[in-house]
Amino acid sequence: MSERSSAILEVKDLSVAYATPRGAVRALAHVDLTVPRGEIVGIVGESGCGKTTLISAVLRLLPGNAAVTGGSILFNGREVLAMNDAELRRLRGGGIAMVFQDPMTALNPVLSIGRLMTDVQFREQRSTPEKQVAAIAMLRRVGIPDAESRLDDYPHQFSGGMRQRIAIAMALLTNPSLLIADEPTTALDVTMEAQIIHLLRALRRDFAGSILFISHNLGLIAELCDRVAVMYAGEVVESGPVGALFHNPGHPYTQALLRCDPARIERRTAELPTIPGEVPNLLVPPTGCVFADRCPDTIERCRTTVPVPVSLGPDHQARCIRIDNAAAA
Amino acid sequence: MQPLLEVENLTVRFRIMGLVRQLLVATSRPWVEAVASVSFNLAPASTLALVGESGSGKTTLGRALIGLVQPSGGRVRFEGADLPDRSAVAWKRWRRQMAMMFQDPVGSLSPRLTVRALIAEPLAIHGAGPQDLGAEARRLLGLVGLPADIGGRFPHELSGGQARRVGVARALSLNPRLVIADEPTAGLDVSVQGEVLNLMSRLQQELGLAYLLITHNLAMVRHVSDRLAVMYLGRLVETGPTDEIFIRPAHPYTHALLAAQPQPDPDRRRLTVELTGEVPSLRNRPPACEFHTRCPFAQPICREEAPELRDIGPERKARCHFPLASG
Amino acid sequence: MSAQASDTSLTAGRAAPLVLERRFGALRRLLRDPLGALGLVLVALIVIMALGADILSPYGPNVTNVKERLQPPSELHWLGTDQLGRDIFSRVLVGSRIALWVAAVTSFFSLIGGLALGLIAGYGPRWLDSLLILIFDSIRAFPTVLFALAVVTILGPSLGTIIFIITIFNVPVYARIVRTQTLSLRTTEFILAERSLGAGPVRVLFVHMLPNVIGPLLILASMDVPVVITIEAGLSFLGLGVRPPTASWGSILNDGYAFIRNTPWMVISGGVPLILATLGFTFLGEALRDAFDPRLRKDV
Repeated sequence: MSERSSAILEVKDLSVAYATPRGAVRALAHVDLTVPRGEIVGIVGESGCGKTTLISAVLRLLPGNAAVTGGSILFNGREVLAMNDAELRRLRGGGIAMVFQDPMTALNPVLSIGRLMTDVQFREQRSTPEKQVAAIAMLRRVGIPDAESRLDDYPHQFSGGMRQRIAIAMALLTNPSLLIADEPTTALDVTMEAQIIHLLRALRRDFAGSILFISHNLGLIAELCDRVAVMYAGEVVESGPVGALFHNPGHPYTQALLRCDPARIERRTAELPTIPGEVPNLLVPPTGCVFADRCPDTIERCRTTVPVPVSLGPDHQARCIRIDNAAAA
Repeated sequence: MQPLLEVENLTVRFRIMGLVRQLLVATSRPWVEAVASVSFNLAPASTLALVGESGSGKTTLGRALIGLVQPSGGRVRFEGADLPDRSAVAWKRWRRQMAMMFQDPVGSLSPRLTVRALIAEPLAIHGAGPQDLGAEARRLLGLVGLPADIGGRFPHELSGGQARRVGVARALSLNPRLVIADEPTAGLDVSVQGEVLNLMSRLQQELGLAYLLITHNLAMVRHVSDRLAVMYLGRLVETGPTDEIFIRPAHPYTHALLAAQPQPDPDRRRLTVELTGEVPSLRNRPPACEFHTRCPFAQPICREEAPELRDIGPERKARCHFPLASG
Repeated sequence: MSAQASDTSLTAGRAAPLVLERRFGALRRLLRDPLGALGLVLVALIVIMALGADILSPYGPNVTNVKERLQPPSELHWLGTDQLGRDIFSRVLVGSRIALWVAAVTSFFSLIGGLALGLIAGYGPRWLDSLLILIFDSIRAFPTVLFALAVVTILGPSLGTIIFIITIFNVPVYARIVRTQTLSLRTTEFILAERSLGAGPVRVLFVHMLPNVIGPLLILASMDVPVVITIEAGLSFLGLGVRPPTASWGSILNDGYAFIRNTPWMVISGGVPLILATLGFTFLGEALRDAFDPRLRKDV
């Protein structure tokens, strides 16, 4: 029971498959992910790695042709996979809040900001003026200048960065225990991106919630997160504290990903590093390690043995059999 | 050496109100200047990166150069010859000399055409190329490192990286001297970005291409461009060799852009934000130095007098009263 | 490079089934939808009726037999006879021909006209767009029945007149849809990319725009077929359509209307096929839309 209270979200051994006309696609396989209370956990991975499927599963918003084939999702110690409709609505509108990639489409364009911000508090036992005060306070908190006078404005009257701030404010007004931010800065310019990251970091300090931050940008993960999980082909191949993972990456995929980031290459190079090969076809998942086809250090056993997480340090583990070998040798 | 492309005071205006409204509000400026008097040169077989945030006019500038947008002023010379008016039939000749790659790798390919047809399309438009278009399409696919049997697929069946390579093959099919690439790595995974950039630099060396890269991705620009031009509100605010600008940016905006790049190192977190606020609207350009509203180093003169784009060192220019790198 | 080779072999093995799947996937999705399958059956039934009218009909559609007038349904006359003793079943069969013919011809002309005008309005100069929109709106604003009466007065009632009237009213609807799509395609990157390569307006319109607007339009046309059949029946019912003694569902209804108190089967026999045809084409059109709309495809 003590373990339950320490983590707000605990995904254990989660597997999800999509039924397609060509057969079952293994979207997630044995995913473990823990979001401790008050921490920011990043998920990083390239397109098709299963990031979106994972958060859809956590919110129980998987499309109709998807099925959870195993594992469990504990939110606040309660099994999300066993929740009924009423409990799910409470979970989505109260326990977990989402901030999406595109701030333009995430806000209803025909409602004013004030209306959006008071409507989102429908669960609170407050009068409308009280809700307005709360809305204004939250808009100020996320850095909207002249919040009072802008309540009657509509989403299109704000810039992209401001809309994303409003989306964050709306999410926080529901008092979530967990905020899921899915690539929240992808649609923004760099200077605006830096401001949003700064805002999220500041918010974490004073609302003491947890954030699950999904991104493909290693730089943002390093800037913001306490812990990070690296996903590849539907698996979490490595997870750990952000410092340990960036300085001492254990999995060859993490190493390759870090090597590829042009921002980490200090000197100008003519030939940028790449990861040769392609993501495996998950209709026919590899029998052994998912990264074996692209890994520079593949040995025969990689193709036959499914790697289990190997500990590399406190809370730091990677799914690679070669690490085990090295430790044993 | 004669520059391949010479751009002189190029200006692009977009009308923002009709004639009636213009008379009603009695304004003499019924337009916004998306590109305001931009001048630069591009040497053959070199790469210039045009950098700026959304609304800086960099995409409009690229489109004006290839004749998709009508400039309202200035002149553009290609190998010493003036480019004709946009509507002129003569434009078609220039389109063989320069090609453009658009942002969205999949969305910039006509969705109902196969890869083979897409690659042969430019040759068909110009009635150019060898008799056997199929063989030429295969040659181009090989050039960009795609297997020949991909030719029968449709754009939506391609991965982002594959679609981008098809875009490169299309751009190169007419043997251009200059390729204007608008965000060539947008929407691609980081490992695929490297592949595309490596392909582009290999082709540059093999074919002697010049690139005009339009991007906001500074991390990538550093490795692929020779020179950098930074735009803010449709104006150039700094130009110079890429390496030098990265080491010592002169304009405060360039400095802020570089500082805003996320650092993939958890020990080097930036705890402050250098640039606050937003890019002003083109309809309400700030007076004098247009960056003074956000500049951390603004002085009284910055609110009163507009700085010129002036030399601050060999090959370097900046539009600032107090350039950071000159001292 | 070895990775690329493996990718090649993978795509080579997959290419053929992929094409097949694309061709037949839509049909399979169509048949999986029960209403779509029902629509297909109903439409097939009407087509068989129309094509086989000569073989299937037990009597000539215009053969009168005054002795057997206004007979109720019997073994000899499955749907009874009308006031001139004509076999209603035979007339319904022959009438389906007119219904389908009007639907096919008007759909064809409306499609061609709508496509041409819509593409011109969407891609041409702005003044031309404004002019065409003005014309479209004027036609839409005109009361349909009034216009039909005027045209019939000038040209006289005939099948050709009906086709002309319906086409005139359909073209603006189709053209508006094509125009809207053309306008939004105009600023897409792939059209800009083609223009940057030097593609002229003809190539842009016919090679790149047309394939992207025609799909939705065909589906719209199939959903419009029942409307056209109803209009034809309606005009014939008002005496503005086909001339007697030609059998059409509308004229059967019209004939039966006078005897509705004592012999309701005439109205029923003319009305039921009309209802079935309307339902059949509507179901089919909706199912086609769902089957072809890529956003509704789950397997992509």
